[in-house]
Amino acid sequence: MAQTAAPATAVPAITPISLKAIAPWAVFFGILMLVLLYFVGAEQGATAVISGEGVHEWVHDGRHLLGFPCH
Amino acid sequence: MNSISVRALLVRGMLAGLAAGALALVVAYFLGESRVDAAIALEEAHSHDHGGGEELVSRAMQSTAGLATGVLVFGVAIGGIAALVFCYALGRIGRFGPRATAALIAGAALLTVYIVPFLKYPANPPAVGNPDTIGRRTALFFLMVALSVLLAVAAVIFGKRLAPRLGNWNATITASAAYVVVIGVACAFLPSFDEVGKDFPAGLLWEFRLATLAVQATLWITFGLVFGWLTERLLAPRADSVRAGNGAANRAATAAG
Repeated sequence: MAQTAAPATAVPAITPISLKAIAPWAVFFGILMLVLLYFVGAEQGATAVISGEGVHEWVHDGRHLLGFPCH
Repeated sequence: MNSISVRALLVRGMLAGLAAGALALVVAYFLGESRVDAAIALEEAHSHDHGGGEELVSRAMQSTAGLATGVLVFGVAIGGIAALVFCYALGRIGRFGPRATAALIAGAALLTVYIVPFLKYPANPPAVGNPDTIGRRTALFFLMVALSVLLAVAAVIFGKRLAPRLGNWNATITASAAYVVVIGVACAFLPSFDEVGKDFPAGLLWEFRLATLAVQATLWITFGLVFGWLTERLLAPRADSVRAGNGAANRAATAAG
């Protein structure tokens, strides 16, 4: 019981992760994740990298229900 | 060592995002699909030019495998991005542990990435929305999301600056109020779209929009809780071992206190 109340004062301040360590991950995976979001949210709507309607039609319901403008 | 923990956090973020996506998928399927179907039925009853071509993907696939692809990929992607934000925010936004930091990021993301843009550019079911304006609507929707997120980051920095003078509570209120005022002005000046047909049922539109809100709320809340739990398990043992290293006397004192 006492332990549950203690951490607020007992836990030492967390050392932040240095920017240098985060940067390569952030650049590579950040871009990769944004590309994924683009394909789910916008591809073959306003802009298209791949021609046709296949991607748009496949994620159609997801796009509507995730709140993206679909068509 | 730090780079290992970024990798570990990223993996956990994406896994938590996948779990959140799975739960959001259940909500989307049971709350959302009936509304999408109802809207499509209305769309087909009204326009005959749309029904002419052959279906590329059947409705049965769209509402199951297609929906799952969209929501799960979305979950993994936002999980990865949120994990990267977490890597930077941990230990920098105040004296919050991993679990609290994860919860704060998820809550802030739900608000700034979905709810605030939704207030200006709400989700539309099939049959609502003019295909001719999709380019502008898409651009403005993503502009609104970007603006909302950037202003939220600015508000956090502003709040941190104010904290020494005003104290944490008042600094948070001031920074939040500044965010609301600036985003409110942006909403007032950005163009609006009202493309809901006169005969589209208001009840169906409301239910559809509520369903999208439920999907996003489920996604972000699940992500925050699962990611918080995973990061606490990953990062807390280190804090425990540091404390244990200080000796039994210290631990006894902690337990007593």
